[in-house]
Amino acid sequence: MSASITFRSSAAAYFAGVKSALLSVFSLVLMGTYIGMGALAHAADLSSGWLALSTVLVWAAPAQLIMISSFSTGATLFEVALAVTLSATRLFPMVVALLPLLRGPGTRIHNMLLPTHFTAISMWVESLRLLPAVAREHRIAFCNGLGCGYLGTAVTFGFVGYYLAAGLPPLLAGVLLFLTPMSFFLSTVHNARMMIDKLSLVLGLVLGPLLAYWGVQLDLMWTGIVGGSLAYAVHRVREATQ
Amino acid sequence: MKAAVIEWGPYLVLILVGFLPNEVWRVVGLLTARGLNEDSELVIWSRTVATALLAGVIAKLILFSSGELANIPLPVRIGAAVCAFGTYLGMKRSVFAGVIAGEVALLLGGFFFTH
Repeated sequence: MSASITFRSSAAAYFAGVKSALLSVFSLVLMGTYIGMGALAHAADLSSGWLALSTVLVWAAPAQLIMISSFSTGATLFEVALAVTLSATRLFPMVVALLPLLRGPGTRIHNMLLPTHFTAISMWVESLRLLPAVAREHRIAFCNGLGCGYLGTAVTFGFVGYYLAAGLPPLLAGVLLFLTPMSFFLSTVHNARMMIDKLSLVLGLVLGPLLAYWGVQLDLMWTGIVGGSLAYAVHRVREATQ
Repeated sequence: MKAAVIEWGPYLVLILVGFLPNEVWRVVGLLTARGLNEDSELVIWSRTVATALLAGVIAKLILFSSGELANIPLPVRIGAAVCAFGTYLGMKRSVFAGVIAGEVALLLGGFFFTH
């Protein structure tokens, strides 16, 4: 086994995780995303404390974005909850893929609770990259360090964006509000390497505004299900004909 | 949501429509004893649904903006998004360069075309 990095204590492993989080490129992405999220929360008349708590509890930028952007609309609770849960399905396979890396001989399910909650794209990508080199007995501590580093960055810059938006002139506040949709747009484009993902992205970009414009009930849910299933069907047909 | 927030308060709404429907998938992952294949058809389909849904949210935020962003004209917002995408492609697929270009385009367009 190539578990080369050992730590003197769990605390040392934890702080090494925090350090890797703060030094990784994902911190920069989180700063931009959460500065924008802070501006959106301010525009939706939410408090900065609410935003911080939502980051800690939800810890998934897409879900937070859906929730915050629905606050001032006529959407029902059920509709928003449905859109959030559909956006969150990706967390399931991520957790399933992460846990075998963390599990050791004496690991109990309650040791896995924190890493499970911290699972989000940033922490997950870095965990899968870094954990194989970390000694197994220190992986959970290291992972919790990574999670805390990223979460702390997000909470901090959520406050920064919130108070920037409150103090900036209107045009600059508008530019700040544009930050989250822009960074999400490009990072989704960036992650869509396969045809099926590109197709889902394009269908969602077209269907989302169309269904909303037509006043379709549960428009976000249908955008996901119709757009995603169409892309999936095209993928299956292509596979079958090749 | 407006009516619900007034009736239930923003923190209960956060638990009901944010925390619970999101966290459930992490817990299901934790409780799934045997591993699930990354390439299983169900996982692929759920990924396409989540991608399309998020894309829909992004497009709605750009086209039907709220707050101060709504004061910047629609053609400027669309132009800035196109500019961001073009820069991303032109700068060796750099997300960072694309976002900066989109923001600068929005700022300039907003400055010259917002009255």
